[in-house]
Amino acid sequence: MEFSSSSPASVPHAGASSPPRDTAFPAQARAAGRLWPRIKRALSRNLAGYLFLLPALLIFALFVWYPIILGFLMSFQNVDMINPATWVGLANYRHVLADPFFGVAWRNTLEFTVYALIFGYATPVILAVCLNEMRHGKGFFRLAYYLPVMLPPIVTAFLWKWIYNPDSGLLNALLAIFHLPGGLWLETPSTALPALMIIATWGGVGTTMLIYLAALQGVPASLYEAAEIDGASIWRRLWHVTLPGIRPVLLLMLILQIVTTMQEFLRPFIITGGGPREATLTVVLLIYNYAFQNADFGGASAISVLLFLFLAVFALIYMRMTRNSMEGD
Amino acid sequence: MALLLKDSEDQTLKSARAKRQRRRVTQDANERSLVSPMALRRPGARITYWLVFAILLAGTIISLGPMYWMFSGGLKSSIELVTTPPTLWPRHPVWSNFAQAWTLLQIPLFSINTLLVGVGAVVLQVLVSATAAYALSKLHIAGKNVIQFIFFSTLMVPSIAYLVPQFVNISDLPLIHLSLFNSWAGVWLPEAANAFNILLFKSFFDGIPKELTDATRLDGANAWQMFTRVILPLSRPVLAVVTIFTMIGSWTDFLWPLLVLSSNNIQTLMVGLYHQSGINANLPFNDLIAGIALASIPPIIVFLVLQRQIIRGISLTGLKG
Repeated sequence: MEFSSSSPASVPHAGASSPPRDTAFPAQARAAGRLWPRIKRALSRNLAGYLFLLPALLIFALFVWYPIILGFLMSFQNVDMINPATWVGLANYRHVLADPFFGVAWRNTLEFTVYALIFGYATPVILAVCLNEMRHGKGFFRLAYYLPVMLPPIVTAFLWKWIYNPDSGLLNALLAIFHLPGGLWLETPSTALPALMIIATWGGVGTTMLIYLAALQGVPASLYEAAEIDGASIWRRLWHVTLPGIRPVLLLMLILQIVTTMQEFLRPFIITGGGPREATLTVVLLIYNYAFQNADFGGASAISVLLFLFLAVFALIYMRMTRNSMEGD
Repeated sequence: MALLLKDSEDQTLKSARAKRQRRRVTQDANERSLVSPMALRRPGARITYWLVFAILLAGTIISLGPMYWMFSGGLKSSIELVTTPPTLWPRHPVWSNFAQAWTLLQIPLFSINTLLVGVGAVVLQVLVSATAAYALSKLHIAGKNVIQFIFFSTLMVPSIAYLVPQFVNISDLPLIHLSLFNSWAGVWLPEAANAFNILLFKSFFDGIPKELTDATRLDGANAWQMFTRVILPLSRPVLAVVTIFTMIGSWTDFLWPLLVLSSNNIQTLMVGLYHQSGINANLPFNDLIAGIALASIPPIIVFLVLQRQIIRGISLTGLKG
């Protein structure tokens, strides 16, 4: 690919335009005539690369790297977007760490992540493994379980807020049919977070399921056969062949589930507003409230930095694993 | 595997048997998974199979039920919506709900806005990502590793971590002191910095054989000509994936457009829906339900039409965004 000087640079010129060998041009003049274009071409070859990179470099500098640095700086500043920013040292960090909502938000977010690992993580694995065994209606099932993913999150939030409605909601009506007591699902602190997790699972299972289905195709049939001939039961085959076969994907999805759940914002923002009694106040919702309700952009940045440091651990594991799985291919 | 190696003395015998077996069932071997087709012929296995089938079918009620509830709810009158117990089927379908939501929620305006935001995002993302990926994959650049690090290390930083400074940033860009606040550029430009797309394009471009690009170069094509006449025409699959996902992303995106687009007449559909449904908006509930049903029709249609590309895209990229 590289334009090395030792390569036959005459080749590109050997088209129809270059004169036949045995005509008037002396060799000396020909070489001199080619040296300058050669340098020019080599230069333009490198230049082209940088020109093609230029848009991306500009955009990344301006809209990723600069805000990242700005965020770190702002976490040490008092920023309200009206007055000029002033340096305040660690005051923002002291302030947010002393805020009782800070601890509440982290506890909620971690609790939400635990629910995510119970509902959200296991469901697509089970679905994909079962679906992969189906000889009938596989296409329909895939469509049916994926379709909720296509709903915009705002729509999903409005829809489920209505379903959970204690008076006119679908859930309590269904429970009433089976003579079960209904509940104030979103209005009770202990059930609000699990209720939001069910929405997140409903709207997100499809994508992960498709990824697992693709991964399951890669488990070699010969391993199943060998295990079956050895008399391994279906559960042992599942445990010793299927799950090890999709282990890299399982681990990747685990990390990804944790990282995305830690960033939960939209559902509490739309559905519960962080309530009841801050039971669904998540870290990102707290960041939003700091910045866009109290105009405390410095404090919001301080929480953002802390969240980033927490997520960076998982992101590093994730990067390592994707690199390994890419090299593994 | 561990099971196979359990008894090393039997191993050769067993593998020979396995080989014979494999030859016999080679037809099914490509299709078999956890349960072999042969095992399914046993009556007990068949009962279990249909039981799992029934459970999966019941599960689709959970996944599709709420969507049915939304679309049928869109047809109910405001009185029927709050009756207990709720009606499974709208008694007197009120089709006018949809027409009312269409005008009350200003769906035409917001939809066109959203489409324009989406088209702009696609153009800009392809422009930024494909060119960079092309340079990294096919052109000679000094310091390639450093540049790759500049791009791909940002994959580790979730954009929520710099949401607040980004907001400060776009309201007063450094050096040029321009505000992108309340303009579509404020949505387009930050979203164009997508390292994932660069990675996607780059891995696709890496698969284009060197012989082809070398031959093109021998024909006298320059870097730009090679990009537009060889690389891009070959990249239709990856262009389709990026286009579909970016369009769907623009349609469903909420938080960033909410922060940036403050004027009603340039807002996207999701931001518009959020504002219109606010407590102060006094929107009738049946119109809200009809409105969210309308707003979810386009992505559902896109999925039904482009199902194959989307599913391939998800397994190709491993995950979305």
